[in-house]
Amino acid sequence: MNDHMILRVVGKFLIPYIMLFALYVQFHGDFGPGGGFQAGVIFASAFVIHTLLFGVRATQKIAPEWILRIVASGGVLLYAGVGVASLLLGANYLDYNVLGAYPVAGQHLGIILVEFGVGLTVTAVIMLMFFAFAARGEPEGDAS
Amino acid sequence: MLMHLPVLVVLAPLLAAPIVALMRGATWPWLLSTLVSWFALLCAVLLLIQVQAEGVIIYTMGGWEAPWGIEYRIDFANALLLVLITGLASVVMPYARLSVEQEVGAERSPMFYAALLLLSLGLCGMTATGDAFNVFVFLEISSLATYTLIAMGRDRRALTASFSYLVMGTIGGTFYLIGIGLLYVMTGTLNMADLAERLPAISDSSTVRTGFAFIVTGICLKLALFPLHLWLPNAYTYSPSAVTALLGATATKVAVYILIRFVFTIFGPEYSFGAEPLAEVLIPLAVIGLLSASTVSIGQPNIKRMLAYSSVAQIGYIVLGIAMGTAMGLTAALLHVFNHGLMKGALFMTLGAVMYRMGGTNLSDMQGLAKTMPLTFWAFVIGGLSLIGVPLTVGFVSKWHLILAAIELGWWPVVIVILAGSMLAVVYVGRVVEAGFFGEARDPTRREAPASLLIPVWILIFANIYFGIDTRLTVDIAEAAAAQLMAGGVVR
Repeated sequence: MNDHMILRVVGKFLIPYIMLFALYVQFHGDFGPGGGFQAGVIFASAFVIHTLLFGVRATQKIAPEWILRIVASGGVLLYAGVGVASLLLGANYLDYNVLGAYPVAGQHLGIILVEFGVGLTVTAVIMLMFFAFAARGEPEGDAS
Repeated sequence: MLMHLPVLVVLAPLLAAPIVALMRGATWPWLLSTLVSWFALLCAVLLLIQVQAEGVIIYTMGGWEAPWGIEYRIDFANALLLVLITGLASVVMPYARLSVEQEVGAERSPMFYAALLLLSLGLCGMTATGDAFNVFVFLEISSLATYTLIAMGRDRRALTASFSYLVMGTIGGTFYLIGIGLLYVMTGTLNMADLAERLPAISDSSTVRTGFAFIVTGICLKLALFPLHLWLPNAYTYSPSAVTALLGATATKVAVYILIRFVFTIFGPEYSFGAEPLAEVLIPLAVIGLLSASTVSIGQPNIKRMLAYSSVAQIGYIVLGIAMGTAMGLTAALLHVFNHGLMKGALFMTLGAVMYRMGGTNLSDMQGLAKTMPLTFWAFVIGGLSLIGVPLTVGFVSKWHLILAAIELGWWPVVIVILAGSMLAVVYVGRVVEAGFFGEARDPTRREAPASLLIPVWILIFANIYFGIDTRLTVDIAEAAAAQLMAGGVVR
């Protein structure tokens, strides 16, 4: 897309705002519509635009596959870990009430952490799937 | 920690899977997966003991009481299934090391073990949960893991096998989801106990009947009831040996359990067999499936494929037991779920050992096996006898109960069908035994399979004999489970 000046400039300009919007959807998820799943897809779409503009190899330099794998697994562990924390604090699995000083604070903290875990995993998995298809046929594009 | 057992069975593999996926090499992922599956088995056994001592166990997720929250509800039926799943995972995991190293390769091992853990976690979750939608979530987890695992087979045909299972499995899952949606529209609840309470009042409506039809059809696709079994033979034949062992022993059995749960607990036997023609639909399909799949398996040159068709036939026996709609039939079905898991697990693992040494599982690879690999061969013989239903093996116990249940109803033609199915099993197992005994070994220098493959195989073979002689444990639990299920609704 080297000759599409307008697309490149507008795309570059949009990427940070898309990411910011993703973070808004992520962390506003416990008050309004949104949450980790939607935010993860939006966040990953910023990288998809980057790939479309600059090619798979350029994007994979920013977000190498091994980091994405760690993020994908880390998100699941964060989600499950919140549940384990409430187990260790003597409540049932994923009972957020015991996580904070009082139940409402605990619910608040619990849902934010869990949604963040979802967001991380969805972002990384969407990107991994996208790369798996986009990197086909690119001789050096494959990170492995 | 004892009160958290219902969630620990599912949680342990869930925590281990992402860690395993990040590891490198083949040894550490294998070691962690093995330890975790042993821990899950310990939890499942303790759960079964707890259910025997205290009755139904209810665990509310996140402290939200059902029907608002998701609850896990363990009674005899799913405690038995949990022991089967985790038990099979516990013998398949140690067995997997050598066989996976050869068939999948060290590079893909971490992902393989992660998928295997996800498969067992999905199956445990489906079994443990008391929420109908939660079943769908775990069904998808286990199915996605299964598609991946099948595709890792060495043969390139594994890819098409995996894809066709993906299509069929997704249709099954979608049907189930549509059914749940219809029930949710009518009752406003997804909790199984709550559904069971609300459904009788509105069971006349066509929406509920449609929901029933969708759910039963969807699950029958997953449990491979004839004629919805077409995905199964290829999926079992081309997936890696360890995967076939776990899948063949547990995956369809969990689908059977879900069918039992819906037919007996949620809709209740009066509705399923009275208002709906469930028996009239299931019995012919089970009988045709039983006879045709047994007949087809006789002609298979690939023994793995032969056993896959035999699995379709065994599902016929189980569904026959369910379709009787009596406590005895249900006892026989639950017994056969457990016992067939033991025998198919053992037989597929035996074939994995043959695969490891001979590089294939065709009848020609089995020639002269009695001389070159006697321990593997005798394991196959005993497993085969169990499959036929010879006394002193588990196969006899469940077929005996199935025949008793049929006689109780006076269904003599069904008794004849069951016996005919066993005769066909004699023929298809006999072919292999004959080749092993009297065939000329292709390469007499081949040695016995290594101990790390043989020990898990023989543990299962001993389980086949032990539970065939000491039937107190399995029969008592199956009878208690059947009594709970026949009571309809939910035992408080």
